[in-house]
Amino acid sequence: MKKSIIISGFGGQGALAIGKNLAEAGMTEGLYVTWAPSYGPEMRGGTANCSVVLSDEPIGSPVFNTSTELIALNEPSLAKFESGVLPGGTVFVNSNVISEKIHRDDLTAYYIPCNTIALEIGNEKVANMVMLGAYVAATGAVKPETIETMIQEMFAGAKAKFIPLNIEAFHRGMACIG
Amino acid sequence: MAIVYEKSKGLTDVEMHYCPGCHHGIIHKLVAESLVELGLLDEAIGVCPVGCSVFAFKYFSCDMQEAAHGRAPAVATGIKRTHPNQAVFTYQGDGDLASIGAGEIVHAAMRGEKFTTIFINNAIYGMTGGQMAPTTLIGQKASTCPTGRTVEQAGMPIRVSEMLATLDGCVYAERVCVTDMANLNKAKRAIKKAFEKQMRNEGFTFVEVLSTCPTNWGMTPLKANEWLKNEMAAYYPLGVIKDISAEVK
Amino acid sequence: MAKELWKGNEAIAEAAIRAGCDCYFGYPITPQSEVPEYMSAHMPKHGRIFVQAESELAAINMVYGAAGCGMRAMTSSSSPGISLKQEGISYLIGSEIPAVIVNCMRGGPGLGTIQPGQSDYYQATRGGGNGDYRTVVLSPANIQEAVDYVQEAFDIADQYRNPVMVVMDGMIGQMMEPIEWREIPKRNLPSKDSWATTGRKGRAEHNTLNSLYIEPELCDVHNQNLSRKFAEMEKNEVRWEEIRCDDAEIVITAYGTPARIALTAIEVLRSEGIKVGLFRPITLWPFPEKALHELAGKDHVKAILDVEMSSTGQMIDDIRLGVEGQKPISFLGRAGGVIPTVEEMVEAVKNTLKEVQ
Repeated sequence: MKKSIIISGFGGQGALAIGKNLAEAGMTEGLYVTWAPSYGPEMRGGTANCSVVLSDEPIGSPVFNTSTELIALNEPSLAKFESGVLPGGTVFVNSNVISEKIHRDDLTAYYIPCNTIALEIGNEKVANMVMLGAYVAATGAVKPETIETMIQEMFAGAKAKFIPLNIEAFHRGMACIG
Repeated sequence: MAIVYEKSKGLTDVEMHYCPGCHHGIIHKLVAESLVELGLLDEAIGVCPVGCSVFAFKYFSCDMQEAAHGRAPAVATGIKRTHPNQAVFTYQGDGDLASIGAGEIVHAAMRGEKFTTIFINNAIYGMTGGQMAPTTLIGQKASTCPTGRTVEQAGMPIRVSEMLATLDGCVYAERVCVTDMANLNKAKRAIKKAFEKQMRNEGFTFVEVLSTCPTNWGMTPLKANEWLKNEMAAYYPLGVIKDISAEVK
Repeated sequence: MAKELWKGNEAIAEAAIRAGCDCYFGYPITPQSEVPEYMSAHMPKHGRIFVQAESELAAINMVYGAAGCGMRAMTSSSSPGISLKQEGISYLIGSEIPAVIVNCMRGGPGLGTIQPGQSDYYQATRGGGNGDYRTVVLSPANIQEAVDYVQEAFDIADQYRNPVMVVMDGMIGQMMEPIEWREIPKRNLPSKDSWATTGRKGRAEHNTLNSLYIEPELCDVHNQNLSRKFAEMEKNEVRWEEIRCDDAEIVITAYGTPARIALTAIEVLRSEGIKVGLFRPITLWPFPEKALHELAGKDHVKAILDVEMSSTGQMIDDIRLGVEGQKPISFLGRAGGVIPTVEEMVEAVKNTLKEVQ
């Protein structure tokens, strides 16, 4: 198994965090993982993307031109990275932000209204957790339980009140995949 | 036979290389005596500059580091931060401190680094052969301003003590000279006071010593002393520039 | 031991703390600013010293002062900032003061780019400061190596009383990877009592640190002593890695991130039946010249392909010295923050192979 994932959006949308969560979960399951960010002078509001590799073999290059999956959180990201997805690959689109459909017919696309779902359960900030749920359900790259445990560890102590919210967002994202 | 005078234990037996009439030797002695009298010699770590006093590490009998040109305050920061209870000092000339090392001295003072800087201002580059320093007076001749320093060409000379005194981290700045016994005694009191304040962790302490360079000024030692008192001290006034005691703070 | 996911720059800062780094002096510059940030938060917790210096120049001289007192001292920066430290590195060597300097390299010249680069190879291995000198230069290709080498760098520095550089491109600094905190090999390290300026504290003679030897004869002796030390480092510290070179017709030479990309390119090429391997210098100085010479001399090796994040090629000079004309050498270089891709490397290997067939 080798997943090469591009996650891209505006700065602040949580693209880097989704990637980090996937890398962390992959590591917990004993996979080889790398997380490589694009980094630039813009600290907020610019585009932010990261490249994540999950593999059962040691990883050479942490960056790549062709991905097995793309998680696009805004339109520039879809425009930039759709062409690099490998034939048969999967694209995850935040349909609240991106109005268009993907252009290729050799890819599977999931359109996830991440922000609507996040607002429904009470906090738009967990939109990225909805997307993570969709990704995990569709690809099976890591086990849902691993992410759930990670959420519980991430919000230990004073932040514990955020655990149910994040778990629910993750589950609602998973439920988007039929 | 009664001993009436003895070389300070703060100095080694190495013969100094300074020119006749130069004040470095006297100032070395005052620093060395101050360390001994305050009981700091065994703890002290000094940093010497690039310039005439580049060999000061051989003359002071405490542990010494030789720094790159102008960087002594950064070096002393590294020493003092890791040895906060020990006496640390830099001994720097005007080219080293006021020109190439202007950034380092300003920031050490700004941070309130708890070491003492002895600044030797003789208004010229000595070791390299008499070139203009940032402290060279208007009209004063030097090998890189052969007809005398002009404001148009080089601006007005820098008064380092006054400049550093504007920084809150600097708690003590005094300008002294060693041209006669009265001034020499004042200079020694200033140096001791700076070390005492350092050891009380009050902040950055600075003693500027106006000094002669008969060789590069082209004067006899006595004439040089006169010129220092009449010309230099007129532009660089002697006395306490700043003194904030810990109690006042 | 459990694996932990760490960002390169934060990992090396933590590694330094674990190696007993007493003090860190730094200045912000992308892409290494996470190092001073991490140090500012964590050094005080361990009772250690952190100072944000007014410049890279001041930072390396703070290292000089503290390390001169026997402290384990470190500074880090990225390429333009490392240029400013060259004076200090030369003085550290002249005064024989051990220290660790990390360069999280970006593209140049001048301000260049904040993206990863490898254009400081000459500066690191030839010495960007004045005088005859050498530093051991370690170049990790992943974050596990980065944390291991930073820890070892303190020991190597102390063993030889000489600064050690760790150079890693911006990608290694910015990326995250799982690591384990593992024991590094123990070295028998000499005492610093005979030279460290700690205050005399009853010692009969004062300790002095100095790089000025005004008498030519004495300065010559000093230089001969230093060069004997450099020869010792050359003998003891050289490191490299050979991957799938046993039957390789094309040998890729690369370090840092390009070496990892080469691993993926090798997989692609091997799946097409092309025999290719990787020769990866781990110490850029001392360079594994003999090992490369031997490898290049083997019958199955037809050509060498050097890959660097440098437009002119810098390591290629050492590759040429090692290969000594035994086999042709071709070059793939991307600069300005562009990382060579797997596809480019695959194509370059195929072109190299075509030329020798």
